[in-house]
Amino acid sequence: MLRIVSTTGVSVPVKTCTQRVAHGVATTSSSRLGSGRNKRTFSSSVARKAAPDVTLTVDGKEVTVPAGTALIQACEAAGSPIPRFCYHDRLAIAGNCRMCLVEVARSPKPVASCAMPAMPGAVVLTNSPLVHEAREGVMEFLLANHPLDCPICDQGGECDLQDQSMRYGSDRTRFHEIAGKRAVENKDLGPLVKTVMNRCIQCTRCVRFANEVAGVEELGTTGRGNDMQIGMYVEKVMDSELSGNVVDLCPVGALTSKPYAFHARPWELKNTESVDVMDAVGSNIRIDSRGTVVMRVQPRTNDDVNEEWISDKTRYAYDGLRFQRLDTPLIKSGDRFEPATWQAALEAVTQGLINSGAEGNQIKAIAGQLADTESLVALKDLVNSLGSDNLALDNAKGDAIPFHGVDVRANYLFNSTIPGLDEADVILLVGTNPRHEAAVANSRIRRSWIHTGLEVGLIGEKVDTAYGYEHLGDGAQAVLDFVAGKGPFAEKFKNAKKPMIIVGSAMAEHADGGAVFKALSKYVQANKSKLVTPEWNGFNVLQRAASHAAAYDIGFVPSAKAASTKPKFVYLLNADEVDPASLPQDAFVVYQGHHGDLGAQLADVVLPGVAFTEKSSTWVNTEGRTQLGRGAVSAPGASREDWKIIRAISEFVGTPLAYDDTISLRDRMWEISPTLVRYGVAEPTSPDVALAGLAPLGTKTKDVAISGAAFKKPISNFYQTDPISRASVTMAQCTRSFVKGEDYGLSGSDKASHATFA
Amino acid sequence: MLRASRASSSAHRAAARRCFATVQDAPPVKRYGGLRDQDRIFTNAYCRHDHGIKGAKSRGDWHRTKDILLKGDSWIIQTIKDSGLRGRGGAGFPSGLKWSFMNKPNWQADKRPRYLVVNADEGEPGTCKDREIMRGDPHKLIEGCLVAGRGMNATAAYIYIRGEFYLEAQRVEQAIAEAYASGFLGKNACGSGFDFDVYVHRGAGAYICGEETALIESIEGKQGKPRLKPPFPADVGLFGCPSTVANVETVAVAPTICRRGAPWFAGFGRERNQGTKLFCISGHVNNPCVVEEEMSIPLKDLIEKHCGGVIGGWDNLLGIIPGGSSVPVLPIKQCGEVLMDYDSLKDAQSGLGTGAVIVMNKSTDIVAAIARFAKFYKHESCGQCTPCREGTTWMMNMMNRLTEGRGHLREIDMLLEITKQIEGRTICALGDAAAWPIQGLMRHFRPEVERRVTEFRSLNGPVMFGGKLLSEVEDATLALPDNLGGNLVEGGDRLVEAPNPHA
Repeated sequence: MLRIVSTTGVSVPVKTCTQRVAHGVATTSSSRLGSGRNKRTFSSSVARKAAPDVTLTVDGKEVTVPAGTALIQACEAAGSPIPRFCYHDRLAIAGNCRMCLVEVARSPKPVASCAMPAMPGAVVLTNSPLVHEAREGVMEFLLANHPLDCPICDQGGECDLQDQSMRYGSDRTRFHEIAGKRAVENKDLGPLVKTVMNRCIQCTRCVRFANEVAGVEELGTTGRGNDMQIGMYVEKVMDSELSGNVVDLCPVGALTSKPYAFHARPWELKNTESVDVMDAVGSNIRIDSRGTVVMRVQPRTNDDVNEEWISDKTRYAYDGLRFQRLDTPLIKSGDRFEPATWQAALEAVTQGLINSGAEGNQIKAIAGQLADTESLVALKDLVNSLGSDNLALDNAKGDAIPFHGVDVRANYLFNSTIPGLDEADVILLVGTNPRHEAAVANSRIRRSWIHTGLEVGLIGEKVDTAYGYEHLGDGAQAVLDFVAGKGPFAEKFKNAKKPMIIVGSAMAEHADGGAVFKALSKYVQANKSKLVTPEWNGFNVLQRAASHAAAYDIGFVPSAKAASTKPKFVYLLNADEVDPASLPQDAFVVYQGHHGDLGAQLADVVLPGVAFTEKSSTWVNTEGRTQLGRGAVSAPGASREDWKIIRAISEFVGTPLAYDDTISLRDRMWEISPTLVRYGVAEPTSPDVALAGLAPLGTKTKDVAISGAAFKKPISNFYQTDPISRASVTMAQCTRSFVKGEDYGLSGSDKASHATFA
Repeated sequence: MLRASRASSSAHRAAARRCFATVQDAPPVKRYGGLRDQDRIFTNAYCRHDHGIKGAKSRGDWHRTKDILLKGDSWIIQTIKDSGLRGRGGAGFPSGLKWSFMNKPNWQADKRPRYLVVNADEGEPGTCKDREIMRGDPHKLIEGCLVAGRGMNATAAYIYIRGEFYLEAQRVEQAIAEAYASGFLGKNACGSGFDFDVYVHRGAGAYICGEETALIESIEGKQGKPRLKPPFPADVGLFGCPSTVANVETVAVAPTICRRGAPWFAGFGRERNQGTKLFCISGHVNNPCVVEEEMSIPLKDLIEKHCGGVIGGWDNLLGIIPGGSSVPVLPIKQCGEVLMDYDSLKDAQSGLGTGAVIVMNKSTDIVAAIARFAKFYKHESCGQCTPCREGTTWMMNMMNRLTEGRGHLREIDMLLEITKQIEGRTICALGDAAAWPIQGLMRHFRPEVERRVTEFRSLNGPVMFGGKLLSEVEDATLALPDNLGGNLVEGGDRLVEAPNPHA
């Protein structure tokens, strides 16, 4: 990634500021705690080595860029944007579209600015007659074989070719050959990516993305000359959880979104910048909506989180927002739900609470993956005010204090941060498959694995991670062996400069989780000089549910006493993974959520909440980075924003909460933890605190014999992990196509391909 | 050359003494050509003798190679520089200079291996010189690899042989095996203390793999698609290591130059075009042949002397392509004037290329011939970059139409414009190579193309842009857009009534 020095672009100074703030915090806290070693000045916090700069002239303007910058970037820095098709600043340079030709003094031929490094003293013209003539020529060639089907092309309105032909194209074609245009058979890449290969201009962005980022090495070019085609070599779907990104990358309409096909035009859409909740990465997204319907989800650039990629679940599960929705309060009568007014439903909840006779810890709240931070805070406050500490999460072992503890943030967060994945030189994965638990972050591991000598070790179920790894064992014994320093990988890990341990969130649900965390915390303590330093915290827990980091932050865990109490009144907040057997038969169950999934079936009263696209709420990702999601569309039917429902209940049960608007609720969140309202930053924990947090895991947990059970991957079907994706038709098709491997799509019957557009 | 200039300077002095003439005497005219047998480098180009190591040694190969190697890299490179050798693969870049790029200051600090890559992917239509070298004088090539490899301090040489060259690959393999057996290659090659290996890699017959970076990609096992430059192969080449790609002939002449001295080689040919060269003459000559001749030999001499003249006599000549399929054709008038060297042919707006002379007499359909080239380049374009991928196909389609004259006169200019849009806009030189023959055709034979267009139109009526006949328009009641050219009448058009469906 290139940094332009002279353009004081908005993102660069902001980033440096945050770095400074972050390190400033780390420095002061460490000196306060008395260690005092390794004092760092502010200026040293800019880690990047200053590259020698080169100065050149672009269109008469002098511009200074770091050495090694591509000419196209330098021109951009000088305020002369260069048209391009193949060049993409996150992919390798291909230099094959020839659209970015510029004139460089003393060069006889026009130069492809993407492939040419900026040279000191170069004099570049980006707007000369030669350049125009060259680009017009290239544009004519590109259009020669490009179908004129813009009116029926989904890329229309956001097509690079369309845009650039406005400037460099001719209004009349000279291409009338009787031999005709090139015709290319469409490829079946699965239920997500629609191909119209006639439109392809062979820029190979998709090929480079698939090879470098996604790890689909089969996507490539076959044939040569005018017969060159993009494809999977054999008839095969593109099985990758990042495949949707090729739709964004494609500068023309050759690769478009299949579920979105013929649904909307970009200029009809309202764009809302928000945050994804399908996993705990917190990818930045843009929700494109028309009226009350979410039409599609696009990535938004955030170099610290998702760069500009998002996973297919993030991108395509949005159609699940239209199905199975709860849009009116329901009260169970006999074996069926009756629609009710809010008044009646809230009275039923109050009556249920009174009739159940629940007191203190017998009132239990269980929160699920999609619960936003505001409603978690409100629910905790409500339950606490009713005298209960019985707060649980809906995953396995969620109704006890988690093995890793929640007293110090560093115990359950991804401390190295996601950009830290680029710096690590040895990574140990424990009971996790980041490819499915944090697909976008996984692409960083893959990139590092390709470009640097990154070594990866895995303890747990063997999975396809899109990069090579050393399999160290299946269960807790392998962790103990690693900690004991047995085997060559442990040796490599010891010698690494920036080692990284990534513990999956599934370890907190495993019977041997306690032993694993104990062993690892001891290991971290013993190797703290490398693993926990002011610059680097190599101990990471990878959360996979969007709500869990926030839940731990606010202490949404039961006290030891509450955990053993049998509940009489259970409040399910978006809890759809809950084990039905864990709820007592005679308990009164309230479900609040947006989908009629498992949780609603168990309920006596169902209160319709709203999905993440319909509310403005706070999400904390696995790094502890707080981000604000924004509502893009209005809530369906009578459903209400989640925290407001809880606020209303508090009124009905007679313990009104102290806040009745979002601002005062966020003030309350600030009281609980200031990090909950510091948006966009992942605040590091100082090394001493982090070590102090890990210490109890190593000592206090009593020595239990390990069961030796193998670590199972927690996500067996990447495409269906939560109520939204389970309700999504597209995700169901992905499951059929990628998980079950059923023959699907173009190669199947007519019916199958029609179903794609359903 | 040196002797000649000394003689002329004494003549100058004599003239100056005699009169007050201010006009400088022109330097004496030197005739080029007529290479003597003792000056031939490729003495077994016709495979009349043993191609094995015994025969090669009897012809002087491997003679005191050790002494050449011991003189060191800078001596070898200086010798090649002094000899004026220019790359024989077509581009004509000075070889000594190119090889010296490998020995940058402080190159020893770079621990990467270094490679000499020999380009034996001789695929240019009309060119068959490297084939003869590999068949008859494979040891010259192997010895050349060693000498050039020593010059650029390479650790190994890769010889990339075209897939179709089965016999040649076999002979080169045999020569390598013999050289290893004799201790000329491998550890301590020729007893010089220099370690050097030679490997053969066989291609699969793609023309583009003759481009140096595509060739490197192909050896690496990837699709043969040219790389972007910079970085040049001398920095990042084969397997990411410093490499130099050189033509077979360039490499094979190196030992002889080192043995006989740079002045000997530089004594042939004009300034900046020195040396001897293998010319391959094909087409309408009585005796097509591959012959080693002095550079700067007049084209006419070359054909008259070695090929028995043009079939039907010199006056029956239509045009000559002097350097393989990628250079523009020359008409008869220029053919009688040009010298076969880089500069003279460049001045004639053509090029020496590989020295593959394609002679066409008046029985040739010159438009069809160039259209065939266009088809070749369309077929061999790698498809990587836009102008070449789209342009070669477009040019082929247009040339195919113009062969029968189906078109507009103004489409000739359009075709020329398209060639200009390709030339110099592509990653590698294939785009240029595809454009030049058509430019040459239109430069010298445009009247012929125009004649065909006019004739076709007079027979078939107006033609629309792209080649469709106006009479083929199905529904004459529809208005034709102006930009289809259907309503554009050109001189000589036989005006036909468009068929009236209501008649």
